[in-house]
Amino acid sequence: MVPFGGYSMPVQYADLGVGESHKWTREKASLFDVGHMVQHRLSGPGAAPLLETITPSSTASLPIDHSTLSCLLNPANGGIVDDTVITRLGPELFYLVTNAACKANDIAYLEEQIESRDTSHGTVEWEILNDWGLIALQGPLSADVLQQALVTAGVEDVDLKALYFGQCKHVKLSLSPQQSSDPDTPVLISRGGYTGEDGFEISIPPALTVLFTTHLLESGGRERLRLAGLGARDSLRLEAGMCLYGHDLDDNTTPVEAGLSWIVHKDRRASGGFHGDETILRQLRPAKDGGSAPKHRRVGLIVEGAPAREGAEIIDPASPNSVEVVGRVTSGCPSPTLGKNIAMGYIRAPLHKAGSQIEVLVRGKRRKAEVVKMPFVKSQYWKETTGTAPS
Amino acid sequence: MLMQEKRYTEDHEWIELSQDGKTGTIGVSVYAAKSLGDVVFVELPALDLEVTAGDSMGAVESVKSASDILTPVSGKIIEANNVLQEKPGTINKSPEGDGWIARIEVKDGGEVDKLMSMDAYAKFTAE
Repeated sequence: MVPFGGYSMPVQYADLGVGESHKWTREKASLFDVGHMVQHRLSGPGAAPLLETITPSSTASLPIDHSTLSCLLNPANGGIVDDTVITRLGPELFYLVTNAACKANDIAYLEEQIESRDTSHGTVEWEILNDWGLIALQGPLSADVLQQALVTAGVEDVDLKALYFGQCKHVKLSLSPQQSSDPDTPVLISRGGYTGEDGFEISIPPALTVLFTTHLLESGGRERLRLAGLGARDSLRLEAGMCLYGHDLDDNTTPVEAGLSWIVHKDRRASGGFHGDETILRQLRPAKDGGSAPKHRRVGLIVEGAPAREGAEIIDPASPNSVEVVGRVTSGCPSPTLGKNIAMGYIRAPLHKAGSQIEVLVRGKRRKAEVVKMPFVKSQYWKETTGTAPS
Repeated sequence: MLMQEKRYTEDHEWIELSQDGKTGTIGVSVYAAKSLGDVVFVELPALDLEVTAGDSMGAVESVKSASDILTPVSGKIIEANNVLQEKPGTINKSPEGDGWIARIEVKDGGEVDKLMSMDAYAKFTAE
């Protein structure tokens, strides 16, 4: 158990080590308790305009029951205050999940942003879903496990094959209602996650959290479904090329520098109107149109020999006799899937280009490394056009 | 070679002195190997490296973490277990046997006497 975001959380469970739990998730299904993460609801006529000010996302092009990765932006410099997933639940209702480690900072930020907003857009109601559960079911068997658990929870009319990556659905369970004080409150099932595998994140009202999670574990059975902790969560997200806030992202780093330009929605690139738009849009514009590319960017690395971890210096191999630091590793581990050492870090342009040969200093030794495209392991999302999950 | 009784550190290394007390074999304990998980890389000490008790002389890497190997005693490294370069998993299979890490020329035999006996270490890890 380790302290994490104000909670005491398991790195691994007793039955599987980190590497084993990692492989289990890629082959079967794992359940992660991510109830430490902070769930918010923003509603009212001012909610969409607020989100268009504090994030680079386009609420206008986010349909109801769809989610998008986004970030809260630092008004001073376009840095990332936190990364978040925004889900639209109604014309004027949004659901956000933010990081536990950023909770106090995010609350102060949102309070200030809501108070200082342009009130001509109308009111914003903001609620933190304290005591709500959040679990992540991840891995190729997730859909089968969840479908079966829903059927045995009295849900006959939900077909998960029709719920694609990035979509969500409210589902009302019939789980021993006498044990529950709010049996009519639905759970919210979102297809996606933090491992690169097919899977679901399920937001559960307080009275149903333990009941439904236990039901899911029993229904899945130990042959298919195991609990997984922070250790596997970290190595899985790294293989998927996904960022961990406070390590790979911070409030001095823009989405462009972080290799997340795609979260700056194309509809927002002409108009701007979000925090840090001047900096961010200048970094996106070609030089001939007055733009200036960022001086450093987040990249993926494959490191020979020793694994490179957070803090390791990236050095220029062109200076074999002196240490010319050109970047820094922000996370890294041996990849259980690839059997190679993977890492991500920030590196000076133009060395950020895939194929660049660089070196990483690990315990004083220079190790050869190459800049590679991410994800390191191909994602297996359930998409309308490419869905290949077993029937 | 006849060996003296194995001794343990609070950082979960062991050392076993040769009968004449001049050299010692160093490794990590069964307890440490279990808590590390699958070892995927071992950084071995360089030959002739002069170390002081408590210095980092190498590292053991698993998916979960990197852990320094601290030398239990002062001296000079005279051999490293090169098997671990090709087969780092030997540390999991036999941490207190084939998975030894290095041999050291011991500078001060008195340092060994300060370490824990097998019984004392068993009590220490049970706490």
